[in-house]
Amino acid sequence: MEHTAQDPHERPFFAPSGKGGLASWIFSTDHKRIGLLYLGLIMLMFSVAVVLGLLLRLKLMTPGNTLLTPQQYNAIFTLHGVIMVFMVVIPSIPASFGNIFLPLHIGANDVSFPRLNNFSWWLYVTGLVLALVSIFTGNGPPDTGWTFYVPFSEHTTTNVSIAVIAVFVLGFSSILTGLNFITTVHRLRTPGMTWRKLPLFVWSLYATGWIQVLATPILGITALLIFSERVLHLGLFDPGRGGDPLLYQHLFWIYSHPAVYIMILPAMGVISEIIPVFSRKPVFGYNMIAFSSLAIAFAGSLVWAHHMFTSGMSDNAVLLFSFLTFVVAIPSAIKVFNWLSTMYKGSISLDPPLLFSLGFILMFSIGGLTGLVLGSAGTDIHVHDTYFVVAHFHYVIFGGTGLGMFAAMHYWFPKVFGRMYDHTRAFWSFWIILLGMNVLYFPMFVMGLQGMPRRYYDYLPQYAPLQMVSTWGSWILAVGLILMFHNLYRGCRYGPVATKNPWGGATLEWTLPTPLPAEAFYGDPVAPEPYDYKGVNPDG
Amino acid sequence: MAEAHAAPAAQLAAHRDDQASKMGMWLFLFTEILLFGGLFLLYASYRAKYPQAFHAGGQALDLVLGATNTVILITSSLTVALSITALRRGQTVRCLWLLAFTVACAATFMLNKGIEWGAKFHHGLIPGSEHMARLPQGQSIFYGLYFAMTGLHGLHVVIGASVLLWVMLLIRRSKITGDDYAVLENAGLYWHIVDMVWIYLFPLFYLIA
Ligand SMILES: [Cu+2]
Repeated sequence: MEHTAQDPHERPFFAPSGKGGLASWIFSTDHKRIGLLYLGLIMLMFSVAVVLGLLLRLKLMTPGNTLLTPQQYNAIFTLHGVIMVFMVVIPSIPASFGNIFLPLHIGANDVSFPRLNNFSWWLYVTGLVLALVSIFTGNGPPDTGWTFYVPFSEHTTTNVSIAVIAVFVLGFSSILTGLNFITTVHRLRTPGMTWRKLPLFVWSLYATGWIQVLATPILGITALLIFSERVLHLGLFDPGRGGDPLLYQHLFWIYSHPAVYIMILPAMGVISEIIPVFSRKPVFGYNMIAFSSLAIAFAGSLVWAHHMFTSGMSDNAVLLFSFLTFVVAIPSAIKVFNWLSTMYKGSISLDPPLLFSLGFILMFSIGGLTGLVLGSAGTDIHVHDTYFVVAHFHYVIFGGTGLGMFAAMHYWFPKVFGRMYDHTRAFWSFWIILLGMNVLYFPMFVMGLQGMPRRYYDYLPQYAPLQMVSTWGSWILAVGLILMFHNLYRGCRYGPVATKNPWGGATLEWTLPTPLPAEAFYGDPVAPEPYDYKGVNPDG
Repeated sequence: MAEAHAAPAAQLAAHRDDQASKMGMWLFLFTEILLFGGLFLLYASYRAKYPQAFHAGGQALDLVLGATNTVILITSSLTVALSITALRRGQTVRCLWLLAFTVACAATFMLNKGIEWGAKFHHGLIPGSEHMARLPQGQSIFYGLYFAMTGLHGLHVVIGASVLLWVMLLIRRSKITGDDYAVLENAGLYWHIVDMVWIYLFPLFYLIA
């Protein structure tokens, strides 16, 4: 260690030690700094994609040729999807809060491979830069949708080649994070931290890590294949030369369905941490919540073709994948029931983190149940590729993962930044966001059932009223988001100094000073019972 | 890097966890297998769809060159394994020679591959060419897969050989020693995977005829 004035066990991790500056961040191997770097970039990309989404809604407010040209519209929904999926939602919770709290939860001072951790952040940055290049060079941004379906993606003259390489690099970054987390959980648990004492957040990240490692390579090869189809013209998916475009869809969804569990599992882990703390009760059904994470990871890798019911696949395959899709709903429902049972007869304090978690449960339940409408082969024929799908996955991904991310931000904020945000504003921002989301997305269920296809530039007059309502919803949501980020920003600049354990959590991070110190533990800490609140009380 | 990593050697040694690095490497190797797995999936589907074309395509490949390359890679896997034993016994020079031999095998493999591809190009079998497009449907797919899979594999040979060269440098600088050889072991594991993938590619393309 350098001879700094302050003990690294007391100095906040973000305070400079000796030589500070940018290099001490971007080349940092400290999991907390890397987590914060991720958080910053993810939020930046989130804002960009939100603005794109608002633009789409603004265009769709009225039918006909307004505001955007069709080509611009195609490019913007592609960018919105690519940015949100690969640069925001996939890394969201694991790369930011997972990085910061996974080691602390198991009593370790860092991940197993700190330099690899820094390298995956750099890969993430490289992916962002490549994506930017694909927007501003060549024949303009890709217009294929985030799914890059062949044959269109092979023939469009827009910048798909660079975009898929960006996806490849981002996937690599995600793999390395998952690999790092799995190894960390196996190797760095403090003595006494048995598998059944692991916080559920760690369990969820562990399951996520396996999906990242096992599913993402298929995305990698899919991206490489698109690239080589475009550049080398191998013709592997070209029906004219005997290729089969359906095989592309299989490859794509073999990754991209498990990917939705990369998106949602960490958020479920966050919720499993927050609910017991704010109910002052041990989590109900610890074993089942932990096990269902693994069950989701496993079963979730067997259902990909439910995205292809209308593609002309064999009926046997349709029935099988439909059945498996119903199976995967079971472990998700187990979690929801366990959370509710945890709250039952608890001593509930409705603080902002819990509020966002409840929002998660509501939105995830709506999104999950409508997912079954899509998963059952008969009804899917009716709503396939309509706004119903768009509504479904925005409920799950934004209402679920998004609110889970916001819950995590409000829960760990004081621990990371050492200050507290304003609770009243947090309440208001939550309710406005929740209202906005529902006004924005619920009409899409209705429009979808009425047959409004997704990704269309124009629509029939009969959809005009609901399209209008949906756009209003996007404005409400934007106001809520601005309020929330403003509140958090104010909190970290001027908020009152936070105490060590403001919520009364029993996991290890709450035994550390606030804000988190550069070096977390002296030696190996004693493994606590993570959900035993006897003798653990909120400060003040 | 720049951070507080001026830790004393004793502390670094305490943080060393060879089992973790091996575990990380195995996970990474899984991802490599799955990366090829996507292509094997395509191969399986198209093979089932166009058995005759694949038969004909396999006959047109150069069995002698393919078999030679198989022998070369298997030998190189052996020498990598021997190099680890050598280093553990403190025979650094022997270890370096064995690694050099491995890299030479890799170079020979790539040379043969170049000759083979060159011959195919010479016959007009160039991806995206008119000639390829005019082939019977299944054959064009066969060659498409042939170039994609052996190409990706060749890329891995080059990466693996580069890693081994880098490891040799580290051994010469005594960064890797008989007591601390996890990096060499991991590089060796990677090389075995490169070898193993080829052991599947060889029968699938050259021996199916
Ligand atoms: Cu799916």
